[in-house]
Amino acid sequence: MAVIHFDGVQKTFGHKGNGFVALDRIDLKIADKEFIAIVGPSGCGKTTCLRMVAGFEFPTAGTVNVDGRQVTGPGPDRAVVFQQFALFPWKSVADNIALGLRNKGIGKTERGKRVADAVKLMGLEGYEAAYPHQLSGGMQQRVAIARAYVLEPDVLLMDEPFGALDAQTRTTMQEELVRITRRNPRTVLFITHAVEEAVYLADRVVIMTRRPGRIKEVIDIHSVREAEKWSEHERIEDVMDLESFIHWRTHIWRSLREEKSDQDQ
Amino acid sequence: MSTSSSPLRTSETIAYGAAGIVLFFGIWSGLSWFGIVPRQFLPTPYEVVAKAVQLLSTPFAGGTLQEHLLSSVLRFAYGFLLGAVIGIPLGLMMGWYRLLDEIVSPIFDALRFIAPIAWVPFAALWFGTGIGGPILIIFAGAFPPCLINAYRGARFVNRSLIEAAQMLGTGNTRIILEVLLPASLASIVAGLRVSAGIGWQSLIGAELIVASTGVGFMMVQAQLNISTPIVMSAMLAIGLVGLFIDIALRWLEATVRRRGLA
Repeated sequence: MAVIHFDGVQKTFGHKGNGFVALDRIDLKIADKEFIAIVGPSGCGKTTCLRMVAGFEFPTAGTVNVDGRQVTGPGPDRAVVFQQFALFPWKSVADNIALGLRNKGIGKTERGKRVADAVKLMGLEGYEAAYPHQLSGGMQQRVAIARAYVLEPDVLLMDEPFGALDAQTRTTMQEELVRITRRNPRTVLFITHAVEEAVYLADRVVIMTRRPGRIKEVIDIHSVREAEKWSEHERIEDVMDLESFIHWRTHIWRSLREEKSDQDQ
Repeated sequence: MSTSSSPLRTSETIAYGAAGIVLFFGIWSGLSWFGIVPRQFLPTPYEVVAKAVQLLSTPFAGGTLQEHLLSSVLRFAYGFLLGAVIGIPLGLMMGWYRLLDEIVSPIFDALRFIAPIAWVPFAALWFGTGIGGPILIIFAGAFPPCLINAYRGARFVNRSLIEAAQMLGTGNTRIILEVLLPASLASIVAGLRVSAGIGWQSLIGAELIVASTGVGFMMVQAQLNISTPIVMSAMLAIGLVGLFIDIALRWLEATVRRRGLA
């Protein structure tokens, strides 16, 4: 069970006088096993939302609760996948994945088994002994996802995880993520500025305003996906060709563009 | 003459280097050969080398050159290792525990500006001519760079690596050992090099005053006898051993870099 609840969250950075309000009046309830994507213009505070669930930052006002408990710091129940992977360069792929399990005090045999499972899940077989710098960006992000998934976290926090990848790798990773979360559902908070990615992956897409970040609109993609049977299409490009997909993608684009043009004035 | 911005070919580098050395020895030899400086005060390069070779078999001031060198190197090793063994962990911990940083930094920042040699009176008072005195002085020289570089390395670790470790539930000790230490390795090794340089220099200074063996002690005894070839032989040995220590640590630095551990 993992319900995430943003209750009247405000976040101010800097000191009085020269500080600025990054997030304002964020109210959002994320259900267990729900996949939420947050989109918004640069600097709207979407990453800050994720970092507050992770426990890296704390609200200036309001609360962030996970399962009814206020977040007080980072922990393995809320695994993070970073945009720049954040793998330990001096640890092999297997050691990167195993660190969280070692911290939990899981024995060597059990650990080996679970690392092997995660390696298999992410298609990393044969790379266990490799070091991060020997891998491509896509492979590195697979390791980072494996490192998060192996902990069987209640919440998976993904901060523009595919932003640093080339377009093709990105598409593959998006399909993989759908495959994995379908087989192994988690509560996911996914930050992105790629609209297609959000519509393709998420149950609900949260659109944010420019700074100070507020929730502008929440779009229920899940019911559209069910009604229009998106899951019958295997490939991302087939889903993206569907009229319902195009409709909502364009809707979100327009909504975001309003925010961008505000900024230009 | 080319400016420093235009790269030289290897052959040119060697040629210029050799020219410098020839010029140096030429002037030195000239000064003593032609009696511009009395031979007694400035021996010729030949006399120095001959003396150094002779000192390998003929004891002076209680030992041969290599025996004095050995006791110097041992003292250096103790002081240097003590500096590293205390400085590196303390620096890493100060880079992680804010409170420790707040407590230690003011004292440390004041103490590190005291030249190692300034500890000589206390070295003499506390240890006489025992091994403790020189070790204290070398430690005073070697400890600060070890601490500073470990501390800086730990403070400048990529923030997201620390966050990644924290979200994986990594405890403080493990973060220090498995994240801060490997991430700071390049900085730490650079600190060791500085440490060794200062430590070795301080040692000779210390031995001039608070020791009854070692190359520094040998130099003082030779000076009392106005035996300048011995003084210069000792200086030659000091330079060579210092160079050797630096080469070893440079190799370590290159190895750390090559392994991509930084």
